[in-house]
Amino acid sequence: MSATLERGLNALREQIDAPVASFFSSCVSCGLCAEACIFYRETEDPKYTPIHKLDLLRRLWKKEYTLFGRVASMFGLMPSITEDDLKEWEELVYDSCTMCGRCSMVCPVGNDLTMMIRKMREGMSASGHAPIELVGAAGRHADYGSPMGELHPALHAQIKHAEKATGIPIEMDKSGADYMVLLSAQEIAEFPDVLAAMSRIFKKAGITWTISNDGFEATNVGIQLGNRDVARTLVTKVVEAAEKLGVKGVISPECGHAYQALRWEGPNLIGRAYDFEVIHIIELLDRLRAEGKLTTKGKDMGKLTFHDPCQINRRGGINQEPRNLMNMVAGNFVETDDAGTMNWCCSGGGGVGANERAADLRFKAFNRKKRQFEKVNPDKIVTMCAYCHHTLEEQLEEHNMEIEVAGLTELVAEYLDDE
Amino acid sequence: MADKPMLPELMKAHGVSRRGFLKYCASLTSLMALSPAMMPRVAHALENAPRPSVIWLSFQECTGCTESITRSHAPTIEDLIFNAVSLDYHHTLQAASGHQAEAAREKAMKDNWGKYVLVVDGSIPIKNEGFSCIAGISNLQMLKDTAAGAAAIVSVGTCAAFGGIPHANPNPTGAVAVSEIIKDKPIINVPGCPPIPVVMTGVLAHFLTFGVPELDELGRPKAFYGETIHDRCYRRPFYDKGMFAEGFDDEGAREGWCLYKLGCKGPTTKSVCATLKWNNGTSFPIEAGHPCLGCTEPDFWDNGGFYKPLSVPAGDYRKLGLAAVGAGAVAGAAGAVLARAGKAKAAAAHENVDAHDLEKKS
Amino acid sequence: MNNPNFDLLMWARGPGFDIALIIFAAGIVLRIVEIIVLGRKKDLAPAKGNGVAQGIKTIFSRSIPRKGLVHYAPITYIGGYIFHLGFFIAFFFFGAHIVFLDELLGFSQWWPEAISFQWPAFGRVIIESAVALAVLAMIALMYTRLTDPVRRALSTFDDYLVWVLSILPMVTGYIAVNKLFGDPVFMLALHILSVELLMIAFPFTKLMHAFTFVMARYYNGSIQGRKGAES
Repeated sequence: MSATLERGLNALREQIDAPVASFFSSCVSCGLCAEACIFYRETEDPKYTPIHKLDLLRRLWKKEYTLFGRVASMFGLMPSITEDDLKEWEELVYDSCTMCGRCSMVCPVGNDLTMMIRKMREGMSASGHAPIELVGAAGRHADYGSPMGELHPALHAQIKHAEKATGIPIEMDKSGADYMVLLSAQEIAEFPDVLAAMSRIFKKAGITWTISNDGFEATNVGIQLGNRDVARTLVTKVVEAAEKLGVKGVISPECGHAYQALRWEGPNLIGRAYDFEVIHIIELLDRLRAEGKLTTKGKDMGKLTFHDPCQINRRGGINQEPRNLMNMVAGNFVETDDAGTMNWCCSGGGGVGANERAADLRFKAFNRKKRQFEKVNPDKIVTMCAYCHHTLEEQLEEHNMEIEVAGLTELVAEYLDDE
Repeated sequence: MADKPMLPELMKAHGVSRRGFLKYCASLTSLMALSPAMMPRVAHALENAPRPSVIWLSFQECTGCTESITRSHAPTIEDLIFNAVSLDYHHTLQAASGHQAEAAREKAMKDNWGKYVLVVDGSIPIKNEGFSCIAGISNLQMLKDTAAGAAAIVSVGTCAAFGGIPHANPNPTGAVAVSEIIKDKPIINVPGCPPIPVVMTGVLAHFLTFGVPELDELGRPKAFYGETIHDRCYRRPFYDKGMFAEGFDDEGAREGWCLYKLGCKGPTTKSVCATLKWNNGTSFPIEAGHPCLGCTEPDFWDNGGFYKPLSVPAGDYRKLGLAAVGAGAVAGAAGAVLARAGKAKAAAAHENVDAHDLEKKS
Repeated sequence: MNNPNFDLLMWARGPGFDIALIIFAAGIVLRIVEIIVLGRKKDLAPAKGNGVAQGIKTIFSRSIPRKGLVHYAPITYIGGYIFHLGFFIAFFFFGAHIVFLDELLGFSQWWPEAISFQWPAFGRVIIESAVALAVLAMIALMYTRLTDPVRRALSTFDDYLVWVLSILPMVTGYIAVNKLFGDPVFMLALHILSVELLMIAFPFTKLMHAFTFVMARYYNGSIQGRKGAES
């Protein structure tokens, strides 16, 4: 047995707890999780059945975490997990799952399969079976501060650009600000307009904010890899930066897994609660709206639809907030089928978007969204995750569809009443 | 046998009209589940049958069977049938006693060797033959001796048919049924505790007319033991509607609902109680408000308790069940402690993975 | 002279039931305790919603299929519903079963008078329709298990065994009550024995879901509920 295999199995062992045991004990192999899975639905290949993707974790649980399994393994009835098993499951766990969480919503016995995929990735990554793109991104993030490499110069340039566009100065590393804003690498590189948008909205709302040079990047490839050591290192950086500045809150950007990493996994990774509040930008905007600190004038009269990022809505609980904001600024807001909690994934989440090997599968999976968009035929798709934004643009191009994609924060800022 | 009067004379003597006799034949015919076309044959056979000698032996019994047969209302036609046979030995009914009685039995046997009908009620102790004797002869010996010359044996009552109450756990006398001892004669079992009078007479009538009736695997005439009481019970509609008496004094009991929950054995008991009834068709136990005890079935005394419903476990499972729950909890906790130890070991062995350490090593 | 059918029935009601009960009770408690004692780490992230409340709610709400899903797997959903409902109706509302459960759990004996109870039995038409529908549903479910690629790929020996063990009590019970064939005592014994087989297999198979689904749904609901997300 290789050292990494043992390290991987060990990491899996650490992940098994009462929920996992109750989930595997409850499975009746009804196959309904497959019906919820975008990869199964668009390919109809039974190997993409979510519970099947978890088979190695199930085997380990049965063999080492149940008395009956222990007895059966004494009689040699429980084969050990091998390198070949891990190799076979790597594709299932990383390429054909965006951890979108639909399966966890439909399982009739209530299994949270997505949470188990997250756990299974711990073992896969520790055993050296993570996709090379994610491994590379983790290295870059550790060495240069972002999965895309060194982003400080780009950030400074974008801040300058935003200051120029809005005439509002953005003070970096300001102690005692209300909020510390985090961005996703995707936003800095591809959608920098969000900075100007936030700048204007926060000025209007009377919120002080800052960006830390020590930790401004919110994404966490450790979550996608499923490696809590890596995830912890990356979260720690942000937490330390925020606590150094003594801010009241940290704003999680329009990025799905970053919200999961910061808001829900972070405290568990570092082993303590934070000294500050973590709030998603859309949550904050809706709060401001409710408090009357965010007002708009005029509406986009084009046909607008909204794409729910899985990690923010289904897995993050932010469902009504974006809709409240959409209704402020959209004159013709049309929802797609299954919108909201049961929205279909953009097909790029959970690290799948970065995974070259999964490209064809991803394009195939997008057919679901394609049909939904075709049915609504919107002028613009609004979302609240930069990576969804990125994936939608990529996929729409691949599928020869000409629909504009926009971030919700920018859209709100566009109609901001800041006269 | 020549000195014994034939049936027609007897009928006249008892004031039974020919019409009454034919009516009886018709009911017997249907009772025995024969085609109505057979009725004339039944009448003919009964009219012309010579009165066979019947020897009635009573062993370990309570005389309930005899009580039952004598409760057939006199002068009913059942009573008449008993006059149609020559009951040569029956120590409850005969006038003779002691040596005279035994002499009568021996004479009847000798006179009718190979032709007489042996009726037995009561079980036979075999643990110690001496447990039950008549006139110094053990039951076992008397049965063997008497059976030797019998044309057929009718085991009347559950004791003779299946061992009955003497056979019930712990069976101190080693009581057994007639069929356990006699293997070379046709035996008709007429179980019941006691059997319905008309069933006893019907079986005898069948034997006189057509010989040994068709029997089930337990040696019971199918005509009388072919269906369960449950199937013919007048309370069956309540069972089907799910309406049950829950106690002997509740509304259900007063309304005459199904007695299943009070332990009625009707569903597993084969007998015609529900149709022929007792006391000249007056009633039967369920009609009187008591669940069927299942007395026509072997071991009815030991089949899980009279008041325990059929669907209820018969054993003393509660303590076992509680012990199992306790043992399961302990074993489960032990299993989980083992699992947690394995998990703790894995956590202790956790190697911190750094972002540059995600490649596979061998 | 004895009746072998009655001996079988008495074995089924006596030692057979005792054996089955021991394995059933010990096995189920073992599996449940094993899961609970394993425990889970406290979630340190500040909760946005009420995990406990949503966990409890999900135990019930997950019984309703999510919108749009029935369309993809109609046989699994509809068949699953009919089977479970039919099985429950027959199991909990047939008079003979009520009195069994009452005796077993002692509703009217152990418990204080105030809370002891027996619920009313359903009539034969309802019970037998329920059983017939449940059996038909199971046949349909087996059909999808054999023909649908997802379900066939997922199926193991466990799934087929549980199917057989679940359908047997319904079939034997129906035959015994209706006396379709066979000696009624023998068929009743077979029915009870088939239930005992089901009880014995219970802790070792996916039948455990009948108990652990409560935990699974609770955990799912509480994980989501803490986040303020739906479940």
